[in-house]
Amino acid sequence: MSKTTYVVGLDGSDAGERALAFAKERAKAAGDCTIVLCYVIEWSPFSFQTPEENEQRHKRREEEISMAHNRVLDPAVKTTTDEGFTVVGVVKHGDVAEILDNLAKEHGAAQIIVGRVGARGLKERVFGGVTGRLVASASIPVTIIP
Amino acid sequence: MKRFTLAALMAALSPVAAAAQEASIDDRINEVFAGSTGWFVNLIFMNLPGTDFPWIVMWLVIGASVFTIYFGLIQLRAFGHAISLVKGDYSDPNDAGEVSHFQALATALSGTVGLGNIAGVAVAVGIGGPGATFWMILAGLLGMASKFTECTLGVKYRNEYPDGTVSGGPMYYMTKGFKERGLPGGGILAILFSIFCILGALGGGNMFQANQAHAQISGITGDYPGWITGLVFAVIVFLVIVGGIKSIARVTEKVVPFMGIMYVIVALIILLVNYDKIGWAFGQIFAGAFTGLGVAGGFVGALIQGFKRAAFSNEAGVGSAAIAHSAVRTKEPITEGVVSLLEPFIDTVVICTMTALVITISGQLVIDPVTSNYLVYAISDVQAAAAAVEGFPVDALATIQGATDLDAIKAALEPLPEEFSKPVSDIVSLVGYIRTATDSSGVQLTSAAFASGFSWFPYVLAIAVILFAFSTMISWSYYGLKAWTYLFGEGKTKELVFKLIFCVFIVIGAAAKLGAVIDFSDAMIFAMAVVNITALYFLMPIVKREMNSYFGRLKSGEIVKHKH
Repeated sequence: MSKTTYVVGLDGSDAGERALAFAKERAKAAGDCTIVLCYVIEWSPFSFQTPEENEQRHKRREEEISMAHNRVLDPAVKTTTDEGFTVVGVVKHGDVAEILDNLAKEHGAAQIIVGRVGARGLKERVFGGVTGRLVASASIPVTIIP
Repeated sequence: MKRFTLAALMAALSPVAAAAQEASIDDRINEVFAGSTGWFVNLIFMNLPGTDFPWIVMWLVIGASVFTIYFGLIQLRAFGHAISLVKGDYSDPNDAGEVSHFQALATALSGTVGLGNIAGVAVAVGIGGPGATFWMILAGLLGMASKFTECTLGVKYRNEYPDGTVSGGPMYYMTKGFKERGLPGGGILAILFSIFCILGALGGGNMFQANQAHAQISGITGDYPGWITGLVFAVIVFLVIVGGIKSIARVTEKVVPFMGIMYVIVALIILLVNYDKIGWAFGQIFAGAFTGLGVAGGFVGALIQGFKRAAFSNEAGVGSAAIAHSAVRTKEPITEGVVSLLEPFIDTVVICTMTALVITISGQLVIDPVTSNYLVYAISDVQAAAAAVEGFPVDALATIQGATDLDAIKAALEPLPEEFSKPVSDIVSLVGYIRTATDSSGVQLTSAAFASGFSWFPYVLAIAVILFAFSTMISWSYYGLKAWTYLFGEGKTKELVFKLIFCVFIVIGAAAKLGAVIDFSDAMIFAMAVVNITALYFLMPIVKREMNSYFGRLKSGEIVKHKH
């Protein structure tokens, strides 16, 4: 039974890689750690879709999940495991901030580690990016890697 | 690819175009169309023997009432639960990423909220008076039970394919459900339903939309031939359903709910500004519901119009929503039925009522100051209109003045140049309708009513109508396609054939006159309901079993909320 758990948000970008690298460092320092790697596929149950999109939704969802596993999560889980860490990999649909926080609660994590994603568009400048919302709503400490 | 479609469109229209030298293209299309569909329309709207009451209206009301009683007022009992489901309170977080209840509801609604709520209600109130609103609301409330029944079955008996896609709808519950109950005839019902569904998609889901969109645009730009609007629409729809340009559809799917909400807000503002008349308007609605207040056909006329337009607007019992809802992957088909009962509520009880109240309050409908009844356009109005046209040919005027029925007047108008015939035939098409301040009917009446509150509203309404028309066409092209592939099998070429036919009908619909299009659209939508409700009667025990099991488990605490 590991003593400390870190939840790391991956998104396939360099920022995610940096977050993972930081988590590994911390885990090495703390010893006996579990790293929960999570890839979130942005999804809102309140978006609008055409009948045709609804019909194919299940298929698309499966494709999205397997793509997330193949491209990002599985390679990350493999390398991290190979380095001797205890790793759990998760792919989920939903709101990034909400999912990471729930996952942290579920695993009794000590902190959430994410990479900073720059404010890209007007929407994010006005409403705040994913990291901003995570910081605002998280129930445990959040570390943001620049 | 694009050239091929244009060629197909031209080929389809060529016999019509050849005759264009004598009459306008629009007139020819209208004539051919009315002539070839009239018999079916008459059959569907046949009166019950010895009455003025169309049997089909009775059929829908009885169906909805039976479901309401059989499921013990499910529309009231499950209303709160429906809202919890839509909010996602009972959604398993592990299913995130699948179609949500909200999405299924929104998709189905964008197929039903549309011209029925704007133009259809204006037709109901224009012919049946404000009293039609009362019957429309009642039909909406009863219709919730029909929706509940059909959507539950739609999810329960849909087809799930190995690639993860789904196909559902009445055709599937007719075949599978009947088989499960050991009943014969499911296959025949499914085939009949599919045929009517294809025609309904081409009628109410297409021609009616194109027709009213054209009426709306030409109301602003001035009159021009309908087939031009039709061609533009056909090309855009073609790009979406054949060309796979999803971005257009996606934009519409996002703008349509926004337009719907804005429509309700504007209506509410107009009502608030005229708050002193709301009591009076409801008085007109109740009084009209039972006396008719002078409308054609009296209170029966109000009732028929109310029920007809409600059914056409919310499609309860028609079976189309069962196709839209079957995409949801839920372990409990009943939850989809529960969610779907919100549709007639939002569509008819809320939005249609708004339209009707605004029309009533706007004072568009002309009341006889002496009797307080509504004035109705009659032959004398047509005669007066002819006399008012400057330089009207003397012989024709004499014939019209002496005419005792509309056919004689139409015959006299036929050979006249358009400058004389048009102003008169505009009034001819209004005979039987309540007299309005702007001599308008359908969507133009709604537009005029809203303009009394906000002068700029007709422009917004025009955009809303075009978008509503477009999103309804996209939805119905899907319903029609499902019925088509059920009959003919799946396959790229087969699907392309249907989609091309669909586009050609947009042109025909935009060019035909309102009366002929409305009759055909209604007839097809109701024909679907005849087959669908028949099947629902046989399958409702299955729904009841599901319902009792689900609500039992909900009560015992076996089914719990995931969100608190």
